[in-house]
Amino acid sequence: MEWTRKDLLGIEDLSREEIDYILDTAEGFREVSARSVKKVPALRGKVIVNLFFEASTRTRISFELAGARLSADVIQFAGSSSSTQKGESLNDTARNIEAMGIDIVVVRHPSSGAPYQLSKALAASVVNAGDGSHEHPTQALLDIYTMRRALGRIEGLKVAIVGDVSHSRVARSNIWGLQKLGAEVYAVGPPTLVPRGLAKLGVKVSHHLDEILPEIDVFNMLRLQTERQDQGLFPTIREYSRLFGLNRQRMRRAKPSAIVLHPGPINRGVELTPDVADGPQSLILNQVTNGLAVRMAVLYLVGSRGGSGGPW
Amino acid sequence: MPPPNPSSPRRPDDPAPDASPERVKRLLGQEAFEKTFAGWLDRIQKTVAPAGGSGATGPWALVGVKRRGAILARRLWKELSIGSPQLLYGEVDISLYRDDYHLHASKPQVLGTEISFGVDGVSILLVDDVLFTGRTVRAAMELILDFGRPRVIQLACFVDRGHRELPIAANIVGKEIVTEREDEVRVRLAELGEVDGVEVILGGSR
Repeated sequence: MEWTRKDLLGIEDLSREEIDYILDTAEGFREVSARSVKKVPALRGKVIVNLFFEASTRTRISFELAGARLSADVIQFAGSSSSTQKGESLNDTARNIEAMGIDIVVVRHPSSGAPYQLSKALAASVVNAGDGSHEHPTQALLDIYTMRRALGRIEGLKVAIVGDVSHSRVARSNIWGLQKLGAEVYAVGPPTLVPRGLAKLGVKVSHHLDEILPEIDVFNMLRLQTERQDQGLFPTIREYSRLFGLNRQRMRRAKPSAIVLHPGPINRGVELTPDVADGPQSLILNQVTNGLAVRMAVLYLVGSRGGSGGPW
Repeated sequence: MPPPNPSSPRRPDDPAPDASPERVKRLLGQEAFEKTFAGWLDRIQKTVAPAGGSGATGPWALVGVKRRGAILARRLWKELSIGSPQLLYGEVDISLYRDDYHLHASKPQVLGTEISFGVDGVSILLVDDVLFTGRTVRAAMELILDFGRPRVIQLACFVDRGHRELPIAANIVGKEIVTEREDEVRVRLAELGEVDGVEVILGGSR
């Protein structure tokens, strides 16, 4: 296979082969972070801008570090503290940045579709770092990569995505990716937070975590946005936690080989009790480490495309 | 420390399947390949191994350039480690160190580098299948230097086909062959489901 895409906008339009190719490439990047000189010259001379219109710590730092390890120059742009507050449009901001000679734009934006719009407006490559409640492709890729490394395969795995599936771009990207790779996906949460239409996509919908608990290979626990309580989508955090949180009792009923993932930041005591979050089945910190390798792979693939040339 | 198994994915550097047969010239058949390899191994054993291998000068390592160079390095390791059981082994993937990203639409799959020993003070024999422009060797040296400061890096290539673009020479060559710049030279290896041998595709596969 050969990578030909200019952008990474979402998982939905990727083929199974493309997803596997990104994960295989990430595997090749793992050792870079273990070297004494944690840097390769693959994107030397390229410029990456982190264009974040939404608060983010780990994703932004992860992309920044991934870029640095590929020897690219990485520039930070926080949408909240700049020209956007003066009313500049997204395309104008991006075109101005591109005029400075940017090769890759990593964008996070509260509006679904913003990265797509940018990719049409810019010659530079665009990587979606989360858009509205649409997609968060690199998070899904690092989740799937973590599952594949821990369990050796994706095909046939039973993966439960637990929590606010309705509003979650992480859930959406996970569902696309996992289904393409042949996993069985369960969406678990209160009826107010799990869209009924998911069943049409082949996702198994459950409102009772305990019923499916013993069969599940991977628990991907979504972060609960506590402001959803104000919207009346669930009565209390305590009740949510009692019905959909992972605790010691539930882990005892789960498969001993089951793994627990969480995109972070964790609400300790809500999605996971501390003993589960820090327990042997939790791969939450592996996700962070793997995220670096996956983002290096993505930046390398979109960023090192070039013209045509002769044999090397 | 036995070397790991060969990695198997096909890379774009494999010849195009449609290279017409009359343009493919077999330079070394299986038997000639075997003889050339034996001579190459012998010279490595006599010259490089004693220089880097005696206790006085510290540890030494074979480092193969993925993919075909690494397969040859694994064969060498099997023979050389009998006499020097401390012989270290590593493999490098130079795809992140190429100097031509901006020239090519396609790029080989990143296979990963495996150097599990500290390279400081180690004598390294770099092994590749074909020595051509010298750019692969340049990239491999830069990669190794990112891991530390080896005592010395020497180069063993199975085939030297000329047309250097950088001031690089091999310490030990299995066979020198005369080629045109556009030709492609392929070392065929049993580990990849081929018959051991060396082929030239006249005018290249493109």
